[in-house]
Amino acid sequence: MINRSIVPSSKEIEQIKLIEAAKSELSNGIPVYTINTGSQQLIKIEILLNAGSVNEHKAITARATNSLLKEGTKNHSSSQIAEQFDFYGAFLETDCSKDSACIALYSLNKHLSNVLPLLSEIMYEAVFPQNELEVYLQNSHQHFLVNNQKVDVIARNHFAEIIFGENKYGYRTKEEDYTNLKQDDIKAFHKSYYLNNSPTIILSGLIDDTVHTQLDSLFGKSAKTKKQQHAGIQTVSSLQQKHHIDKADAVQTAIRIGRLLFNKTHPDYFGMLILNSLLGGYFGSRLMSNIREDKGYTYGIGSGVVSMKQTGYFVISTEVGVDVTNDALKEIYYEIKRLREELVSEEELYLVKNYLLGTFIRSADGPFELANKFKGIYEYGLDYNYYTQYIESIKAISSKRLNELANTYLQEKDLVELTVGKNN
Amino acid sequence: MIEFSTFKLENGLRVIHHFDNSTQLVCLNILYDVGSRDENPKKTGFAHLFEHLMFGGSVNIPNYDEPLQRVGGENNAFTTNDITNYYLTLPANNIETAFWLESDRMISLAFSEKSLETQRSVVIEEFKQRYFNQPYGDVWLLLRPLAYTTHPYKWPTIGKEIKHIEDAKMEDVKSFFHTFYNPTNAIMVVAGNTTLEETKLLTEKWFAPINGKIITPRNLPKEPKQREARTLTVERDVPLDAIYKAYHMCKRMDADFYAMDMLSDILSNGDSSRLYIELVKKQQLFSSIHAYVMGDLDEGLFVISGKLVKGIKMEDAEKAIEAEINKIKLQRIEDSELQKIKNKLESILVFNQMNILEKAMGLATFELMGDAALVNNETERYAAVTANQLQNAANKYIQESNCSTLYYLSKKK
Repeated sequence: MINRSIVPSSKEIEQIKLIEAAKSELSNGIPVYTINTGSQQLIKIEILLNAGSVNEHKAITARATNSLLKEGTKNHSSSQIAEQFDFYGAFLETDCSKDSACIALYSLNKHLSNVLPLLSEIMYEAVFPQNELEVYLQNSHQHFLVNNQKVDVIARNHFAEIIFGENKYGYRTKEEDYTNLKQDDIKAFHKSYYLNNSPTIILSGLIDDTVHTQLDSLFGKSAKTKKQQHAGIQTVSSLQQKHHIDKADAVQTAIRIGRLLFNKTHPDYFGMLILNSLLGGYFGSRLMSNIREDKGYTYGIGSGVVSMKQTGYFVISTEVGVDVTNDALKEIYYEIKRLREELVSEEELYLVKNYLLGTFIRSADGPFELANKFKGIYEYGLDYNYYTQYIESIKAISSKRLNELANTYLQEKDLVELTVGKNN
Repeated sequence: MIEFSTFKLENGLRVIHHFDNSTQLVCLNILYDVGSRDENPKKTGFAHLFEHLMFGGSVNIPNYDEPLQRVGGENNAFTTNDITNYYLTLPANNIETAFWLESDRMISLAFSEKSLETQRSVVIEEFKQRYFNQPYGDVWLLLRPLAYTTHPYKWPTIGKEIKHIEDAKMEDVKSFFHTFYNPTNAIMVVAGNTTLEETKLLTEKWFAPINGKIITPRNLPKEPKQREARTLTVERDVPLDAIYKAYHMCKRMDADFYAMDMLSDILSNGDSSRLYIELVKKQQLFSSIHAYVMGDLDEGLFVISGKLVKGIKMEDAEKAIEAEINKIKLQRIEDSELQKIKNKLESILVFNQMNILEKAMGLATFELMGDAALVNNETERYAAVTANQLQNAANKYIQESNCSTLYYLSKKK
C-alpha cells in the first residue's frame, strides 16, 4: 500500500529556455522578427504600429481606423475582402490599445500566399467608405450601450479616469464620440500612422523562407519611413480617495482598489509583480483564499500590476454580493495591511516562487505565446535579458524585501477605491 | 493528426497517452461522465456545485491547490450539461504530483461542512454575476425550459434557480460522489513531455488500487418531438431588443450534426457569412447576429440569436432571418461557398490543436463519444458533407414548428 498522505518528491524548476525571435529586415528597413517553432503547419503574422489612441486627436479615431482597414480598399469591397480571407480559412484580427495598434493574420501555411497580398492591401490601400463607417459607428455605439450596463465595465472605465486623470490614458469613451467621428479624421489618421509610419512585423509558427520573400515584395518596396513617436502623457491622479457610482438595479457591486504605479522598466517592477501574486495574482492568493474560499463573498477576486508604455498601475478587482460589499472591502484592506505588517512565511513564499516559475513556462509554451513574450520586451525597448532577470528576481526575493515594497507602495492613504452598484 | 496510445485498468479507468516533447509541460485531464443532465430535477445545479467541492480537499490531502502550485502547476475544471472535466498542467518533471492529487480525489473527498457552506455562497455569487448582473444574462434560464419540456437540458448547468443551490445538503454531495466519481466513469488523458512507460507506471501505482464500480447506464427522459412553434416575450432593462430562435436538432455524433454545424457557419461564421453580409451590413437590421450549434451529446439545439438595431421592428427583423433560412432551404449551396466553409473548418481544427491541453481535451471528449481516434477524423467528416445534405438538413430541422423563439425586449421607460 502506498502512503497517500506523503507528498511525492518534486524538483525545483532550474532551467527555463526561451526560443528567441530572430531579427531580419525588409529591403526598406522594416524590421521582421521570426519565431520559427511549433507542431502545426500554421502561421501568425502580426503588424505592430505606434497607432494607439494616445496618438489620436479625436476620440475613438485610432480604434475606428484599425477596425475599418478591412472594410474596403481601392480595388476590393469590404465583402470581397472578407470573402477572400474566409475562403482560405484565414482569420484577421485587428486590435487597438491606448499604446499601439496591431493587425494579425492567422493562416494555414498552404494558403498563406493567397491571403498575404490582401494583408498589405488593407494596410496601405484602405479607403474607409462612408457607408461602412456609418455601419461601424452604429454597431459600436450599440455595443457601447450594452457594455455600459455591466458593473465591471463601468468600473474599469471610471477607474482609469480616476488614476490617470484627464488625458489619453484616462479617457472614457462618451456616447457623442460615435456621432462626432468623421471619415476625414480616419483618413488623416491612416495617413500619419499607417502610411507614414514604420511597422514592425512579427512571425510565429512554422515558417519557411518563402514567407520572408513574399513579405519583402509586399511590404519591403515602399519608401523608408520613420517610426511615429508615442504622444506624451501627463498623469494626474484624482485627489479624492473614495468614489462611488450608483447602479440601483445591480445584484453585485463591482470593486476596484488601486493606484498609479510604474511600468516594467522600473527597478521595483519585478518585486511588485511577485508581491501582487501573493496578494491576488493566482487561485491560492490571499485575496482568493480569504474573500472567496473562506467567506464566499465572490465568484472571483484578483489583483494585477499592469504595465503600459508610459506608466503602469496596480489594481484589485472583484464583483461581490450587494449585502457583503462593506465586509469584502474590510477584508481587502485587511489583507493589504497584513502585507505591510507581517513577514510572509518561508513556506508561502516558496510556493509562490514555484508557482510563478511554472506560470512562466506556461506563458512561453507554443509559438504564439513566444511571440507575446517577444512583444512584451520589444515594445519597451528591452531585450531577452529582462526575462533572465525576472527569473532571478523570483528566485532571490526575500520576505523582508516584499515587506519593504508593501510599505513603500501599498499604504492605504495612497490607494483609491471605486465601487459601482447599489448605494448603501 | 494527434498520435496516441490507449490502455485500460482493471477497475475500468480508460487512459489515453499523447507524447509531445516540444513542451516542458505535461497535462493531466480527467473527464467524468456526468453533467447537469444527470441531476434530479428538484436539485439542479448540483453537478457544477460538486465540481467546486472537488477542490475542497480529498481523503488524504487536505488542500488540493497548494501542493500543485508548490510544484509550479495550475488547474481548473468546467461542467457542461453532459460532462465534468478537470485539468491541470505542470512542469513535466513534477508529473507525479498530478497523479497523487487526482487519484486521491477519485478515492474520496474530505466532505468538509465548511467547504460545502463556502462553495454554496461562491456558486450563488457566480449565479448572480453571470445570469442576473449582466444584460441578457438570463436568456438561457428562459430559453432552455421553452425549448425542452422533458429532457434535462431544460435547465442550465448553473441550475434552475438559486434556491436549489442554497438547499444542497452534505448527504446529496456524498451520494453524488458515490454514484458518479469512480474509475469506471472516468477517462484520463496524459499529454505532453512524458513517455508511455512513465504514464503506465504512474497510472498503475496511483489509480489501480481504486475500486471500480458498476455504473447504471443513464436512462434520461426523451424530449418529445415539437409540433408547433413556441414563443416567449419578456421585457428587461436592456438597451436593445434581441431575438433568440432555438431549433431542435440531432445528437453530436449523428451524421447530420456536421451538416448543421456547417449551416451555422454558412449563416454566421466570418465577415463574409450570409447573415452578417445581408442583415448586418446591407439591410442594417441587426447590430450583431450569430448562428451556432450547441454541440450537446443528446439531441441538441441549433440557435440563431441577434440584437436589433435601435428602431427596427421585431417583426421585420424576424422576417429577414426567415428569408435567409428559406434561401438555404430552397437553393442548393454553390460549390465555392461549400469549399469556403470546409477550408474554414479545416483551419479551425488545426488552430484548435496547438497545445497539449487542447489536444488532451479533444482526445477525452472523443473517447467519451465512442473512440478517441475520431478526433483525427473531423476534417474528413466535414469534407464529406455535400450540398444536398446541407439542404436536406436545413429542411429537416430548421422549421418554425420545431422552433422556440424568445423575444427579449428593451423595457419602455
